[in-house]
Amino acid sequence: MYSNLWLIPFFPLVGSIFNGLFGKRIKNEAVIGGIATGMVFLSFLVAAQNFFKLLGDTEKVHELVIASWISIGNLQINWELLLDPLSAVMIMVVTGVGTLIHLYSIGYMHGEEGYYRFFCYMNLFAFAMLMLVLGGNALVMFIGWEGVGLCSYLLIGYYYEKKSASTAANKAFIVNRIGDFGFLCGLLTLFWALASKGVWTLNFVKIAESGHLLESGGLLITVVTLCFFLGATGKSAQIPLFTWLPDAMEGPTPVSALIHAATMVTAGVYMIGRMNGLFAMAPATMMTIAIVGGLTAFFAATIGLAQNDIKRVLAYSTVSQLGYMFLAMGVGAFSAGIFHLMTHAFFKACLFLGSGSVIHGLHHAYHHAHLHDDPQDMRNMGGLRKKMPITFITFLVSTIAISGIPLFSGFFSKDEILWWSFGSTRGHWMLWVLGAAAAGMTAFYMFRLVFMTFFGEQKTDARAKDHIPESPFTITIPLMVLGLLAVVGGYIGVPAILGGANRFHHFLEPVFGHALELNHIAAHGTHATEYTLMAISVAIAIVGIFIAWVMYVKDPELPAKFVGRFTAAHRVIFNKWYIDELYDFVFVNPCKKIGTFLWRGFDVRVVDGVVNGTAWVIKGLGAGLRYTQSGYLYNYAVAMVVGVVVIIGFYVF
Amino acid sequence: MTADSSLQFPLLSLLLWLPILGALLCLLWYKAPAASRWIALGTSTAVFVLSLVAGLYSTGSAGWFLYEDASWIEHFGIRYTLGMDGISLLLIILTAFLQLVAVVISWDQDKFSALFFALILVLGTGIMGVFLALDLILFYLFWELMLIPMFFLIGVWGYKRKVYAAVKFFLFTLAGSLCLLLAVISLHLLHGEQTGVYTFALEALQQTRLSFSQEMLFYLCFMAAFAVKVPIFPFHSWLPDAHTEAPVAASVDLAGLLLKTGVYGMIRFAFPLFPHAAEKSLPVLAVLALIGLFYAAWIAYLQTDIKRIVAYSSISHLGFVLLGLAAWNQTAWEGSLLLMINHGVTTGALFIAIALIHKRTGTREIAKLGGIWKSQPNLAAFFLLFSLASLGLPGLANFSGEILILIGTFSSNAVWAIFAVGGVLFSAAYILRMVQGTIWGPCCEPFDKQDLGGREWLVLIPLAVLVVILGCYPQPLLDSLREPVSFMLRQGGQP
Repeated sequence: MYSNLWLIPFFPLVGSIFNGLFGKRIKNEAVIGGIATGMVFLSFLVAAQNFFKLLGDTEKVHELVIASWISIGNLQINWELLLDPLSAVMIMVVTGVGTLIHLYSIGYMHGEEGYYRFFCYMNLFAFAMLMLVLGGNALVMFIGWEGVGLCSYLLIGYYYEKKSASTAANKAFIVNRIGDFGFLCGLLTLFWALASKGVWTLNFVKIAESGHLLESGGLLITVVTLCFFLGATGKSAQIPLFTWLPDAMEGPTPVSALIHAATMVTAGVYMIGRMNGLFAMAPATMMTIAIVGGLTAFFAATIGLAQNDIKRVLAYSTVSQLGYMFLAMGVGAFSAGIFHLMTHAFFKACLFLGSGSVIHGLHHAYHHAHLHDDPQDMRNMGGLRKKMPITFITFLVSTIAISGIPLFSGFFSKDEILWWSFGSTRGHWMLWVLGAAAAGMTAFYMFRLVFMTFFGEQKTDARAKDHIPESPFTITIPLMVLGLLAVVGGYIGVPAILGGANRFHHFLEPVFGHALELNHIAAHGTHATEYTLMAISVAIAIVGIFIAWVMYVKDPELPAKFVGRFTAAHRVIFNKWYIDELYDFVFVNPCKKIGTFLWRGFDVRVVDGVVNGTAWVIKGLGAGLRYTQSGYLYNYAVAMVVGVVVIIGFYVF
Repeated sequence: MTADSSLQFPLLSLLLWLPILGALLCLLWYKAPAASRWIALGTSTAVFVLSLVAGLYSTGSAGWFLYEDASWIEHFGIRYTLGMDGISLLLIILTAFLQLVAVVISWDQDKFSALFFALILVLGTGIMGVFLALDLILFYLFWELMLIPMFFLIGVWGYKRKVYAAVKFFLFTLAGSLCLLLAVISLHLLHGEQTGVYTFALEALQQTRLSFSQEMLFYLCFMAAFAVKVPIFPFHSWLPDAHTEAPVAASVDLAGLLLKTGVYGMIRFAFPLFPHAAEKSLPVLAVLALIGLFYAAWIAYLQTDIKRIVAYSSISHLGFVLLGLAAWNQTAWEGSLLLMINHGVTTGALFIAIALIHKRTGTREIAKLGGIWKSQPNLAAFFLLFSLASLGLPGLANFSGEILILIGTFSSNAVWAIFAVGGVLFSAAYILRMVQGTIWGPCCEPFDKQDLGGREWLVLIPLAVLVVILGCYPQPLLDSLREPVSFMLRQGGQP
């Protein structure tokens, strides 16, 4: 039995409530952070117990109904959890990485005002995220879906006194709401579509069972899945709704690592995986997902080439990597997408936490020297590898992993995606080109980041540069664990062609098996092609690294010359293709103008105008009628006679 | 509908007249302000307890589980008939609860406090009467009775433009009510001519044979009164003014309860009495609901006074409720009624939080507010919670109603539902703008640095708990609504 499943989200909820209610009075950072971390760790233990139990179990799908939520007639919605290989992987990632990041935050957030608030939100986030991945029906998932959005909002706006932070928080929430529009429309349409076939349910297992009632490739299933996909683009920062994620870096760095890299932003990928049966039945949607994913991977990578803020580079890198995952889902490589989700969680969390360690160190040094330089600007860094050796090593390892160098985790997952994008029945060589180009750029900008930060001259202000410490062990331990995972995490999914058993793929088979019958590697996908493509993508990555080395280590003058030569192109990608400006121009400003018109022009003038106008007329009438109230009896008598005549006349004729 | 006519304890009458008694006592002790608030507190607590006791009688079936009937003005066939079913039960409990909240939150009221509390109590009688009356004249009297205390509450205890707001409110609702009265009397006469029995009893009048045009005419007259109260676009313009100028207790009652009497009037009187006209009007109703939903949300986004934002948000939410009614099926109706309760709690709570902020900062202008989180973190946290409920965060109060309305509406008309989902998007925009301007940002240096006091905790905690419970476990309410709603839908005939 898996009856203790409810404990997994329950522990962080308790932690959140505890710190929310009492954290302010406790004041002791060790207690606050310790409880928060401990709660997520307890979840991790329960998750691991269930995970291993599931591993040895022949029955792979287990549901747990906690309570009834809403029940009206045929509509029966429960608070229910679902454990299958997919959610098992997710709870391991969420609680595992979550524990490490909580631990990291204990040191990183030291001395911050509102320390308890931070941990309260973080635990609440863990709760919501676990509800999202464990939710047994679409509505429970939606609770988690909105819950993680809320926590993201609260944590982006953590430094609430900064206008930019609260504005970024609002933007994240509202852009996500656009996605939620899609999610809800999809949910309603799906519910109605199944109900009209006699199945009243939002339960995932039942949806999977009765998906075949809908016409495969039909309009209905395409609309449903496209709506859900719109929801996914919001949460997972894909074109066209990716603009909120880079701004979300206003939050503290552990938040960026946990929410905006490892877990929440992958919710869209997870959701598609959860409903893979439906998506696999809608080829048009699958194609859309693959194209959007591929394009996002590509465009976000181009933006990443030119950013100078260390966290922004990582943010665009995240967008780009999420694009990979969607590309995978779109070409039917569901297990590869989830595999990349997992490896990405390891190395990207490590990268974000590493950048946090760097920022922490620089902040410390600037604080010491009473300077107000920007600790996130890579142009103020350089040569940090000797100051922060552990941070450097773990960061480097993760960078190699994300660049897709063989034997590191990112290689296995990324390569499988690229292979499917070429060889699957839904694949296309152009998708492969997008992915491979993005891989090259990823290798370039990630090594550019490493070189600018850890190599070369130390460009930090002279007064501060000797005061940069290596971070304390609560920070370096999570870095080391994640760095290790970034290396070895890929070995559970070594593809068959490299002599592996791809245990990951087989583990997920009960979830994706049916969909795989509809999407698989096409006949032209021979081993020779696979080897060739693998070699090419590795070569592209190495070239990217080499260019970065030339430009940022060997000849540091080169980037400036390069920018001088291609000013226009640089400006466009530096300014993120002016997408924000475009949206402001096309959507935001017209909305405000229409609103102003409705209010000032219509509500005040017309609606209220009619009312006040009526009042004036009545006032005028009253003033006129006052003269009829003359008090003279004969006036009234005349009026009565007239009245009687009119009434009699009315009845006679 | 059968009534249990055995002699039983007149619980409904007690509920109804206890506040009037309290009001009289308040006025008797007008020289001692402290006495009047204790009387008001005692009375409203007693009423609240009684309303919960009434819930114990609930059978879950469609009929009146509490019923009182007595002859009153026999010459005109006017009777004193009260009845409570699952729908009125919930609304009565909500009324009693918000009344109690209104009294506690007005504790510091020292301007004519005896009169103030007396009016609040009388208002409670009016509202509960509307939810209980089954005789149309009795209903009309309570309907008008709500008007008078509210007029004075706004006009005397309001803010700057209180007189303008009070008069506007009064004239708007009065104009609507007069149509209602005319229609009631005409219906009474028509029924009398047909059957020889002159009565105002709801059940009897339902049997009146009407031509379609007569039915439509009467229906429109009834709806005129109800549409103003809800308010349905374009009869809404009294509401933002009334809300902005009203004292907090009146705002709570106005948003939490008065608006609901309009919806209640529709489902209890207008729809069952004139089912064919109602059926014909549903598409119009749905379109007006959607316009209201968007229009109010859009305008709310641009308001600079946070109380006005919430006022417009009420119009928007009631648009949601109305849409559910127009969808005319079990799920949507239960959703609508649930959302009414939810909205009563969340909006009432929001108005209270805003009043507490106003008390400390002396302003409600977004431009002048900010950083409440720093100066008063507890107050800010409550404000945030209620705001999130208002924007429809799943797991909190409003969402449970909204999702049912959406599911129900979708099966009647998918296009309406899709538009309504779009409305959800808008609510996030204006609510978050309000939150950002109020509690985030640099501190605005309130002159009163006090965070929540004991009495304020006492009010806010139950509200917060309710907001969570209504979101996570609305089932008891839905159970109470199930049979009455299903009965009403059958009565109205499926369109």
